[in-house]
Amino acid sequence: MKRIHVNEEYCIACRLCEIHCLVQHSQSRKIIKAFKEEAPRAMARLLVEEQGPLSFAMQCRHCEEAACLEACMTGAMHRDEETGAVLCDEDKCVGCWMCIMVCPFGAIQRNIVGRRAASKCDLCYGNEVPVCVAHCPNEALTFVEDTPSGNGSA
Amino acid sequence: MRQCANDVHAYDPEDDWVYSEESRCVGCHRCVTLCPTHALTVRRTLLDFRSNANWTADRINSIYKQAETGGILLTGMGCDQAQPIYFDHLLLNASQVTNPSIDPLREPMELRTHIGRKPGRVELSENGDGVELTTQLSPQLTLETPIMFSAMSYGSISYNACLSLARAAKQSGIMYNTGEGGLHPSLYQYGPWTIAQVASGRFGVHPEYLETAAALEIKIGQGAKPGIGGHLPGEKVSADVSKTRMIPMGTDALSPAPHHDIYSIEDLRQLIYALKEATNYAKPVGVKIAAVHNVAPIASGIARAGADYIAIDGLRGGTGAAPTIIRNNVGIPIELAIASVDTRLREEGIRNEVSLIAAGSIRNSGDIVKIIALGADAVYIGTGALVALGCHLCQKCYTGKCNWGIATQDPYLTKRLNPNIGSRRLSNLIRAWSLEIKEMLGGMGVNAIESLRGNRDHLRAVGLSQVELDTLGVKGAGQP
Repeated sequence: MKRIHVNEEYCIACRLCEIHCLVQHSQSRKIIKAFKEEAPRAMARLLVEEQGPLSFAMQCRHCEEAACLEACMTGAMHRDEETGAVLCDEDKCVGCWMCIMVCPFGAIQRNIVGRRAASKCDLCYGNEVPVCVAHCPNEALTFVEDTPSGNGSA
Repeated sequence: MRQCANDVHAYDPEDDWVYSEESRCVGCHRCVTLCPTHALTVRRTLLDFRSNANWTADRINSIYKQAETGGILLTGMGCDQAQPIYFDHLLLNASQVTNPSIDPLREPMELRTHIGRKPGRVELSENGDGVELTTQLSPQLTLETPIMFSAMSYGSISYNACLSLARAAKQSGIMYNTGEGGLHPSLYQYGPWTIAQVASGRFGVHPEYLETAAALEIKIGQGAKPGIGGHLPGEKVSADVSKTRMIPMGTDALSPAPHHDIYSIEDLRQLIYALKEATNYAKPVGVKIAAVHNVAPIASGIARAGADYIAIDGLRGGTGAAPTIIRNNVGIPIELAIASVDTRLREEGIRNEVSLIAAGSIRNSGDIVKIIALGADAVYIGTGALVALGCHLCQKCYTGKCNWGIATQDPYLTKRLNPNIGSRRLSNLIRAWSLEIKEMLGGMGVNAIESLRGNRDHLRAVGLSQVELDTLGVKGAGQP
């Protein structure tokens, strides 16, 4: 499947990925409205981790053996047949946070401002390229078909 | 706010407001470019002095700064003063009726350029199947298009910038130049596309360095600062830079103004032949000088000293750091320098013995065509290449706080330049300019860049004095 690859060498911690992710998952999908007017404000589904000059955007890895899928008691967490992405059906989610407990990457967040549900990357379902990748100014995020070496960058 | 290395923006959590300290802004546009809502703009500050054509704000502020510090004012990039730009007074010719123009999309067009000494005459011998060249040719550099990346050292620019240049040179079949910063071991793989510089500081020069490169260049001078040496501030000498330059970490890298072993053309000849000897006469050895008043006789001497090419850097050439007063006042424009050198070498009958490379603010493909018509073989582009990498000409290279990750060694900043993007953008630029050169050549009815070289009949000038026309060897527009 196509996955988001993180090239931490070129992440400049500008956090534009977070901003565009939030806008993508807002109701209006308009940047000013999403930040200024919508309540509750939408959440970014990824997080930029930083320590000194090192930084990278962390989002769901859409694991082949996904611990969150196993741990989910309601079946909210499921795999999309077509793309292979791990998605959360927020209508089914009861907010038990088991997925958060078992995720080895810490890529799932609690949404407690809106509906109490697990909030995670959906690879911008329906978009050809996720918005974080499309808006990364330094190509630190790339959306590539997985290769056996696990590194899709040139 | 997070992108500014000059600390212009600050967030006040009490007021929930981002404030700007305008006096620190260098106008690099980093924040403007990255702002997702296009909410930022950079404008000239409204505070102005009483209007005075003689005492401009620049000159007044310079005095304030010097009265405060007592020091030499530094700057980066090329001359920003309104010195005459002869390119803008030159116009190209095109074919109409009496000679046909050529369509480069349908007919072959040759941009390939060979840099090096050409034989005065060619001898052939016949053997069974055909003819064989018996003249021994001097080593040549082959360029797919007459453009090269100018000398910019590792230290003055970041590793990612060097890597972008090296990769783009390989992709485009041209050369980049190490400057006097030595060569990082991981860039040895780009050796066939590398010109290695030997400058007065001899930084990073060792046998492997000379062996790896495709050509060697003795740097005598630089257009932005003719007659003075180089200075890489200690803050930019990181562990990697110190290893590559072979100097202690954190120390200032000072290149002396002269080479202390070159006080004459004869001394230069010794160094040229020492380098040729060291590399088994397999590589062209060039000499780079700044365009100064008597550039023509100097170039003639360099040609006779055995150089395979002469690179001439004009008044408007760029730099990572130079005293402002030197950058703005010393040297002559590249157009006049190339024209006078080409004329002189032709008069002496030695033009074939040396290639001429023009540098010093080549801004577009039109400038390239014009300078080749004035007599250059190829050009070096420095500032143009950096602009392709994102440079916005804020002229703060000497501070080491380049917000675009180019002229800096700060790990927070260098990662902003992704060499995958950088090399792609540089290759695109070279491709685009090459296509434009072909269009212009085709329009003139010329199908090879060789046929344009020194062909000043393809140029006409507007708004120049007779002295300037004579130096350029160009007729006024309207003269047949």
